[in-house]
Amino acid sequence: MENKSKEWPIWEIFIRSKNGLEHKHVGSLHAADAEMAIENARDVYTRRQEGVSIWAVESIHITASNPENSGELFEPAKDKVYRHPTFYELPIELKHI
Amino acid sequence: MDNSLYQYLLILGDNSMILGHRLSELCGHGPTLETDIALTNISLDLFGQVRSYFQYAAKIADSEQTEDSIAFLRTERKYRNVLLVEQENVDFAHVIVRQFLFDGFHKLLLEQLMQSKDETISAIAHKSIKESKYHYRFSGDWLKRLGDGTEVSHKKAQDALNKLYPFTNEFFLESDIEKEMSAKGIGPNLNILKETYYSNIHQIIAEANLTLPIEKQRVAKGKLGYHTENLGYILAELQYMQRTYPNMQW
Repeated sequence: MENKSKEWPIWEIFIRSKNGLEHKHVGSLHAADAEMAIENARDVYTRRQEGVSIWAVESIHITASNPENSGELFEPAKDKVYRHPTFYELPIELKHI
Repeated sequence: MDNSLYQYLLILGDNSMILGHRLSELCGHGPTLETDIALTNISLDLFGQVRSYFQYAAKIADSEQTEDSIAFLRTERKYRNVLLVEQENVDFAHVIVRQFLFDGFHKLLLEQLMQSKDETISAIAHKSIKESKYHYRFSGDWLKRLGDGTEVSHKKAQDALNKLYPFTNEFFLESDIEKEMSAKGIGPNLNILKETYYSNIHQIIAEANLTLPIEKQRVAKGKLGYHTENLGYILAELQYMQRTYPNMQW
């Protein structure tokens, strides 16, 4: 095996709570391979009927934004409330928006 | 009271109870957090099944029995589990091999009990079969990982198999109670399951790259109440609370 490390790799687990809803990130766990990641997720994250479907992604495949860059990434949106679609007058007939 | 049915419920329930207890000993001690939770889940599944069997047994008993008194207040010779399930945890390989050898049988037994003429037993089997199928999948997968893993894991799995495999014969040694239940259509004819059991587990043992032990099968009489010394230690721990503080509830 290429990976000489004794530690199992970390996997990010996503659970769909019921059909029609999206998968949501619920946490991470250790597993030797993808198959074991699903089995472990079943035991760790669905033991209280939390879900009907599991996705497992090895954590190294996730690219994350750097917290140090949060200034330039997220701050500029703060004072631009006009980007929220709250300035439109909706017709009364539209009830569920 | 139908004493034979009562005894049969103990035969069914005690296997799950003693194995469930063995697994509960590992709670907080599993090799990884994930396998620790998995083994504890299996333990809880088994205890759930035990409760169903013992609640039914308490209902048909003449004396004032409860599921707790049946579980906690019998003497050693009154427990009817097979000897395999009371064997020690030793290491993770032993835990997996013991689980695998039991699950393979348990799954076949429950499939038969679903057809039982006794409606309650049939209902318990219908509920338990899904759990048991998962247990078998879990232990079978791990057997292959250990047997086909590193040199060390292979050796540990082979050692455990050599030690525990000879106990499997006991599943199919029919006690008088089981013969009677089979004749009444309440339980299966165990001889019919034997061939399927061995052909199923031998296939997975071969896939796990493990070899079948040459040691002869044991003649074990756990179902008649004759146990290995392990059961005494198990009961000492299991019964301590109820013996020391009778009728305690929590």
